[in-house]
Amino acid sequence: MSNIPENLSYTKEHEWLSAADGVATVGITSFAAESLGDIVFVQLPAVGDTITAGEPCGEIESTKSVSELYAPVTGEVVEINEAAADAPELINSDPYEQGWLFRVRTESMPELLDAQEYSKVVEEGE
Amino acid sequence: MTTQSPLHEVHTELGASFTDFAGWSMPVRYSSELAEHRAVRETAGQFDLSHMAEIEVTGPEAGHALNYAMVGNLAGIKVGRARYTMLCHETGGVLDDLVVYRPGEERFMVVANAGNAAVAVTELTERASGFDAVVTDRSAETALIAVQGPRAAGILRGLLESVELDGGLDALKYYAATPAVLGGHELLLARTGYTGEDGFELFCPAAEAPAVWRRVAEAGEPQGLLPAGLACRDTLRLEAGMPLYGNELTVWLTPFEANLGRLVKFDKSGDFVGRTALEKHSEPEQVLAGLRGTGRRAPRHGYRVLDGEREVGEVTSGALSPTLGYPIAMAYLPPRLSEPGTSLSVDIRGRPEQVEVAALPFYKRAK
Repeated sequence: MSNIPENLSYTKEHEWLSAADGVATVGITSFAAESLGDIVFVQLPAVGDTITAGEPCGEIESTKSVSELYAPVTGEVVEINEAAADAPELINSDPYEQGWLFRVRTESMPELLDAQEYSKVVEEGE
Repeated sequence: MTTQSPLHEVHTELGASFTDFAGWSMPVRYSSELAEHRAVRETAGQFDLSHMAEIEVTGPEAGHALNYAMVGNLAGIKVGRARYTMLCHETGGVLDDLVVYRPGEERFMVVANAGNAAVAVTELTERASGFDAVVTDRSAETALIAVQGPRAAGILRGLLESVELDGGLDALKYYAATPAVLGGHELLLARTGYTGEDGFELFCPAAEAPAVWRRVAEAGEPQGLLPAGLACRDTLRLEAGMPLYGNELTVWLTPFEANLGRLVKFDKSGDFVGRTALEKHSEPEQVLAGLRGTGRRAPRHGYRVLDGEREVGEVTSGALSPTLGYPIAMAYLPPRLSEPGTSLSVDIRGRPEQVEVAALPFYKRAK
């Protein structure tokens, strides 16, 4: 059973967001991390990059597969998680805390899923 | 509709994630494929390979039938030994790569890949029809458990009540097999594998597989044995430079292109299916080679290999090697570009990454 914290927002691409003061922290959900298997490489956008909601902005690679990281919001990347880039296993072991990926300054939040809506997406995907 | 292994319940209890593999629902990993990979390299791992096909060929002319059906000299296998071989099409293309065991003078067991099981049974039956030999598909009633890794022998030694071979497990050579008894269960104990480590494969009746698995798991746990899934099996065999049917081997490629021409025994007596075509194919235009990358982005199946701007080949398998820490891959290349040290690149999702041709295998265990 996947862990889906109540206090976060989600996308259909299995990313989570936590927004405060116009800055959104982004990561992938535990469901995504478990589906990928052991994550061995993550390519994050660079600080200062402008990313566009719905467009690929990086890659996440496990031994078995590679998938694109989609920008969940439009805005400027203000911080990336170097620790997760150096030790991608953090994304598997702690996807919602130490395994966060990047922070984006955004002016408008798109419509996102709440925990309940996202758990339906997961159930359909299983 | 997928087929379940006789060990399905055991895997479920162990919390396995399953994947569909050639119509079978098999464990892809139990917890972490990297931990499972490491266990096989450093201690031991236990795999369920019950999806593989076991085809028995018996009778006074069984060896001759196999010699006609496949490229190797299978009639020449000594009782108790095994051989790696290929089933080829009339055109010389590979229909399957298989291991043939000879448990008795007039009894052979052919182990085929799950995805090619139907083709192997059909072709063997047809090709054996002119011989005094009977082909029987034993897949459904047979389970296959592999125990692989430096501690595999130690774990099994303590568990086996009897081994028919003189000298027991320690006298069992690589590519040999013997009847044995483990936990009261009769099985065929083979020293074969697909991981690059020392290890064993245990063929037993499907109904007894859960009991055998649990005995091995219980004895192995204190030794660091982990249940291991198909994900790590793939990275292990890639490090060991072993081909996977569907990736490195297809019906469009001959054993010569896969650098396995040594398996084709033109000097054996009699004709065999594919002989005429293979005799013309001995100078291949493309050969299988290893690639070693830098950084962490791994070439993967289907990616283009480039020499400058020009496409010169295609990657068949690739991953970030868990043991070595750098990307490794296998690819088909023109022979002139297949020398180790040759500098090439691979188009990894639109961005070329530098690679160097490397000798296979990438990983070789310390003896």
